[in-house]
Amino acid sequence: MSDAPPVETRGLVKRYGEIVAVDHVDLSVEPGDVYGYLGPNGAGKTTSLRILLGLIRPTAGSARLFGRDPLTDGAKALEGVAGFVEAPRFYPYLSGRRNLRLLADYDEPVSRARIDEVLELVELRDRAKDKVGGYSHGMRQRLGIAASLLRQPRLLLLDEPTTGLDPAGMRDMRELVRRLAGEGITILLSSHLLYEVEELCNRVAIIRRGAIVYQGALDELLATAASGYRLRALEPERARAVLLAQRGIADVRLDDGELRFSADDEGVAALTVALGQARIGFTALVPETASLEDLFLGMTDGESSDHDRRAAVAV
Amino acid sequence: MTAVARVYRWEIAKLLAQKRTYLGIGTAIAVPIIFVVVLVLQSGGPNDVPLGRYIRDTGLAVPFVVLFFMSIWGLPLITALVAGDIVASETHNGTLKTILTRSRERGEVFAAKTLATATYTLTLVFAMGLVGLLAGSIAWGFHPLTSLSGTKVSAGHGLLLLLASLAIYALPLAGIAAFGVLLSTVTRNSAASVVGALMWALLMQLLGVLPGTESIRPYLLGTQFEAWHGFLRTPADYAPVTRALWLCALYIGIPLFGAYLVFLRRDVAGE
Amino acid sequence: MSANGALPLEARGLRKRYGHVVAVDGVDLTVHSSDIYGFLGPNGAGKTTAMRILLGLLRPDAGTARLFGRDPQHELPEALDGVAGFVETPHFYPYLSGRTNLELFAAFDGGDESGRIDELLELVELRDRAADRVGGYSQGMRQRLGLAVSLLRDPRLLILDEPTNGLDPAGIRDMRALIKRLAGEGMTVFLSSHLLAEVEELCSRVAIINHGRIVYEGALSELHASATPRYRLRTTDLERARQICAGEASLRELAVDGDELTFSADEQTVVGLSRTLAAAGLGIAALVPETATLESLFFQLTESHAG
Repeated sequence: MSDAPPVETRGLVKRYGEIVAVDHVDLSVEPGDVYGYLGPNGAGKTTSLRILLGLIRPTAGSARLFGRDPLTDGAKALEGVAGFVEAPRFYPYLSGRRNLRLLADYDEPVSRARIDEVLELVELRDRAKDKVGGYSHGMRQRLGIAASLLRQPRLLLLDEPTTGLDPAGMRDMRELVRRLAGEGITILLSSHLLYEVEELCNRVAIIRRGAIVYQGALDELLATAASGYRLRALEPERARAVLLAQRGIADVRLDDGELRFSADDEGVAALTVALGQARIGFTALVPETASLEDLFLGMTDGESSDHDRRAAVAV
Repeated sequence: MTAVARVYRWEIAKLLAQKRTYLGIGTAIAVPIIFVVVLVLQSGGPNDVPLGRYIRDTGLAVPFVVLFFMSIWGLPLITALVAGDIVASETHNGTLKTILTRSRERGEVFAAKTLATATYTLTLVFAMGLVGLLAGSIAWGFHPLTSLSGTKVSAGHGLLLLLASLAIYALPLAGIAAFGVLLSTVTRNSAASVVGALMWALLMQLLGVLPGTESIRPYLLGTQFEAWHGFLRTPADYAPVTRALWLCALYIGIPLFGAYLVFLRRDVAGE
Repeated sequence: MSANGALPLEARGLRKRYGHVVAVDGVDLTVHSSDIYGFLGPNGAGKTTAMRILLGLLRPDAGTARLFGRDPQHELPEALDGVAGFVETPHFYPYLSGRTNLELFAAFDGGDESGRIDELLELVELRDRAADRVGGYSQGMRQRLGLAVSLLRDPRLLILDEPTNGLDPAGIRDMRALIKRLAGEGMTVFLSSHLLAEVEELCSRVAIINHGRIVYEGALSELHASATPRYRLRTTDLERARQICAGEASLRELAVDGDELTFSADEQTVVGLSRTLAAAGLGIAALVPETATLESLFFQLTESHAG
């Protein structure tokens, strides 16, 4: 069982009447991944996450966590798994600390010290006595993380964990994710902040209208865009001449004082030597990688449920 | 402590943190006290009600009379107040997804909630009964009770009969609670469930007073609130008690089973 | 009602305390016409309090705020003429359609903006969902409807609190484009956000508030320029490049980061370096000036005092 991948879905389908919220989704998360799960609002992300957590029954197909299926194994399928889908929710009339003790008692009771430990980790120790009803969204997010960590998970499912946090909170959350990943915890992370995903994730899946349109390594995805360069040289005209004369350099154009071209690694190295020989100095040579945002919007056609009449269901 | 016991303990803790629980139990305690105070200050009394004629003879008569009055809508209401909320509140707070993604099966969570509802229901009945006894005894003393057959029953024996009666009385109330839990699970709406359970209780009562319903009357839920009369006859008449036992088993078991099935299988989306 | 040359938004010495806590402690803000002005700060820094004061929702203990020269504390409702915005998303009637909600808001305002409703729905791209009930709207749609409500008043200053909250990437991009477009047409936009990357893309000027005080106010470009430029260098021979860089006198803070070198230097030094490296026969794969991001500057400014 421990060899089984943290997450594996096969042909997962969820229908609501005529609407197919999840359309034959095959996801596969490897141990140690920080896996970005992306998609426009209404694309089926939340529904598929809920299926993974055993909250929703799929119409067809299977979802397995470490080889176990919530449909047949019930709560056991969530062993070693923790996290939250959509904003974490607690009992507003209980304090943060009591909420944690309640949830711990739903697993195995933990010591007070352990509760203090997770509260300290998410920097909620000094507000732990206050009722959750008075917590801000960011505080609830952090309490959600604390509640998840109590389970000592090997797999963490985080749905938009930085939403509603201030910049320091977002940075701390990202650092926490990095640290947990460093400890070997597999993380499935869903986010609309694509620069965050670029920073944290090694693999991504993009879902659109219930179907996966990309799944694989983030590096590979980013590399698929054309490899262009920007050159800021002191003498743009002379530099341009060198570029045009150089082999392996293509699509040369002068744009607002900057030179742009495409080349492979060897071509660029040779170019810089040639520029040096021509005594042309430069202040910047920037390889342009595609941004995840551009690639994502391209693959999802810039859609979101806002524009699609069909997706009237909150999926 | 077993896992379900831990969850049960937290269900109780949650109930104790909510106003409605105190509203219910507060009512259960206040009503008999007010009742006794009124009777102390006024003359006249509930002479048409079982044991009502002897109300000023002994404190033992008080709980029986109070329970009679409260069976129509008072106790059903304060029972439904909690029963109708206990599952629906998770939807209201959005916490269902939080507690169903831990190590407890859905069935275990449901069992704990059912037990908590039962605890609350029993507490209501016994609180009302015992506070009534206490208040009545302070006013009129703890003396032998006159039974429904006109015979005198010693105070000690009367106390035992009271306790047995409270226990039997709790059963149809639990039936209303069970229906409340069913509504709570199916509608996910606290207010609708509370009102729905109360309406259902009143409907049962109504059916009981309509002409032409004589044949089904013994089997209606409302009738079971009178099953304790059997204890207070000389000799004791166990027929209504036995009937109450198996009928209430159905009134409790069937809705709970339905609620269980729904709770087990339903999708938790958007909450 | 005419533009009287007054600044869209000007706050001087705003102060507000709640018991012991001084939420806003002498805040000055200056927003020029057509600015896209970003208002940033950690949670609890006084941002929301300050914004409420600006909208006339809260009375300051001291100081003044002026919108186009008028004081919302003393000159409501005229002060809010030409100003629109809200501090939290407006509440809509979920059982009514988007269009009906807009019509209701238009009626509340008392003006005759109903003719513009179609135009506004088109602008925020809600035209084809306008007949559906708001209860079924996604977060992004509600944000956009909120924007449409603000625009009903034909404002010249738009005050927005976290405008991209809850939006997916397409929604974020659309909101960004919409704000840019409005600013291009002469609208002044004052927005608060925690998404520093967004602010960096969108805003021309920013103010950063911390512990109730403004720790920076000015043009974003100045903020970037004020930091010493750092560079990342990737060459065909890391070690030789490192030696060459180490030998360069005016090059500071040389460090190795994976297969790259980082250092601080002025442009002149970098130009010379590019020649030196080439002369040594080293090919350069990348020479990337790192503009300090708003994020690093933000943390520098807000975390220099402990807690």
